[in-house]
Amino acid sequence: MFSFIARRIGTILLTMLCLTLVVFFLVNLEPNLKKLAISQTEMHTPADQLESWLVNHGYRQNFFVRYGQWLGVLPKHPITDPATGKTTQRFSFCNDPVEPTFSGVLQGDFGCSTKFKTTVAAKLFPALGATGLLMFWVLAVMVPISLLIGILAGMREGSRTDRVLSVASIASTATPEYVSGVIFTVIFASWLGWLNGSAASASQGITFYNFTLPVITLAIYGIGYIARMTRASMVEVMTQQYIRTARLKGLSFSSVVIKHALRNALIAPFTVIMLQFPWLLTGVVIVEVMFRYQGFGYTLVEAAGNNDIDLLLGCSLVSVFIVLITQLISDVGYAFLNPRIRVQ
Amino acid sequence: MQTEYISAFDVVIGVLWRFWPVWVGLILVMGASFTYKKRLGLYGQLFDSGVGIAGVFICLFWLFTAIFASTISPFDPLAQVSVMKDTLPGAIEPVSKLVYYFGGDKLARDVFSRMVYGSQIVLIIAPAATGFALMVGITLGLPAGYYGGKIDTLLSFLANLVLAFPVILLFYLLVTPGIMDTPIPYGMAGLFFLFPIIFFCVLFWTRYKNRPDRLYILLGITLVLGGWIYTGLVFDKDPLHIVHIDPNQLNIFVAVVFASSPGVFRIVRGLTMDIKTRDYVAAAQTRGESPWYIMLWEILPNARGPLIVDACLRIGYTTILLGTLGYFGLGLAPESPDWGTAIKDASRLLRSFIHPALPPTIALMSFVLGLNLLADSLREQSMKD
Repeated sequence: MFSFIARRIGTILLTMLCLTLVVFFLVNLEPNLKKLAISQTEMHTPADQLESWLVNHGYRQNFFVRYGQWLGVLPKHPITDPATGKTTQRFSFCNDPVEPTFSGVLQGDFGCSTKFKTTVAAKLFPALGATGLLMFWVLAVMVPISLLIGILAGMREGSRTDRVLSVASIASTATPEYVSGVIFTVIFASWLGWLNGSAASASQGITFYNFTLPVITLAIYGIGYIARMTRASMVEVMTQQYIRTARLKGLSFSSVVIKHALRNALIAPFTVIMLQFPWLLTGVVIVEVMFRYQGFGYTLVEAAGNNDIDLLLGCSLVSVFIVLITQLISDVGYAFLNPRIRVQ
Repeated sequence: MQTEYISAFDVVIGVLWRFWPVWVGLILVMGASFTYKKRLGLYGQLFDSGVGIAGVFICLFWLFTAIFASTISPFDPLAQVSVMKDTLPGAIEPVSKLVYYFGGDKLARDVFSRMVYGSQIVLIIAPAATGFALMVGITLGLPAGYYGGKIDTLLSFLANLVLAFPVILLFYLLVTPGIMDTPIPYGMAGLFFLFPIIFFCVLFWTRYKNRPDRLYILLGITLVLGGWIYTGLVFDKDPLHIVHIDPNQLNIFVAVVFASSPGVFRIVRGLTMDIKTRDYVAAAQTRGESPWYIMLWEILPNARGPLIVDACLRIGYTTILLGTLGYFGLGLAPESPDWGTAIKDASRLLRSFIHPALPPTIALMSFVLGLNLLADSLREQSMKD
């Protein structure tokens, strides 16, 4: 078991290394660097000054040297004035060193956000906290509802309840966030006026009024999917011999479902819920942009739109980490829940 | 000048009437399918369940809408008639006396016509991208599952690498205006569009290598047709100027194929690993068939059931992805009538006007729903066998 986890963590680290290298390559393409230089200098700056801005801020160093600096295996250098030899900070707004130091991700320094004029850590971690809150409420809504729907549908396969709930869950998987978000806003905000169509005020404090729409919008897509998986697993369990035995013993249907079927039927949905995280991450971006909630997704869009290199790298590192770690948890958890599976 | 409106009832009747080519097409196809459903195999079995009929109906509805878009829509999707700005559904356009059935948007374009034309973009890109993703996934998934070992480890690692990327981040990196100045999209297009040609060449080669008369014809057709489309799509240098794709559409296309082929790869790999233990594969191995013959002519046909179901779901998923791209304003032109872009434009103005938002959302939702129903019913039918 431990060697399995150790191997998986090794793969995760390798994957993260490869992916950040790819992201680093893509954000450092020539058009993207031009865009960054234009957004960081004043309007109508001539081309040679854009170039000198890039050189001054170290963007013209060798690609691998800069990746090494970001990673923390090579020292970061401050700007040196060639005439006087005096050194200044690269970016004054985030305490860059004035002498060459090893300061990269390995040392816990995620770099400097050019868009928000602060360190990446100062921007990224509060945003992650805000998104964590959103995720918590989404899971708190999504998991019980979808399990309930799946169990009710799978309890008696082919019944009317089953067919209605199945079509409803197919419909919900056909509704991406930007569609359900618009429809819910039209119904609950424009038409009924019960809820707020913007979650911008949720940063100060969440209320039922401003937080419900983002939560249900994000939850609805996952509900259908998890419910369908739960239903499939429930249907399979209900055909097992031990269920028939329990029924023939004279136990009531409800006690058979609750005591015998449920425990085994809930193993598969656990994996599915864990594997929903990558999708939730995309959903979070859409919902946060749509409802103007200042979380991780909003930060990612801002970083990508302005080619904020360090912030974008930080965002990708975080999201890739979440995706991979949930996969690991789902594999390990599955082995624990299902004693028939043994990981080698 | 006061804009005149027609009543809500007239709007409904008018919309139904505008769709007349679709109804004719639907009646013909559905009628024929019902009559001959016994002879139509898996497709015919779809008509045994309500869910299947609903799925076929919705998908065909949007297919015919895309085909007859120019007949159905009363206006040009990009035309702006300034008096019609933000008009409510049912407004009459003063010059032509035609009706803006679903009203006008903030740029005074007809919402109904835009929705109809939007179906064209989705129904061209989504199935085509899914097709290419299937080709890439199959061509790489079969050897990975069949041989196992190092090739499997390498390909699986690459697939997991792409899958670990959140889709939205991938699109923000791959579908930007800046990237069009670099050779990356063209390189990727050149790579991905090679797969169908390789696939068909190997397919025919393994089957007919002892029958040169057939083989050379089939290979010739594949190479000429494939090469023609390839030069048109990748280099935009089609000598006949028929095959052409806008650079930004190519970019979207490549990004979507890139994002969805690892999923296909995983499914094909899993199916291959399962099927290769069967007796008929062992029999073929004993006969001394080449590995690629076994993969393409023994394993692949037996994996078709789950692959068809997955393809249906994947077209729906690709539609959602295209909508996401449109919603974030990535790749597609800002005035493009596709549903995602329309949703983005309309959702910013929900506080004042809701009517431009509803047609594209409902269109997108219904199309994906149709595909999902189709996939569900196909899965049920194939499980019965």
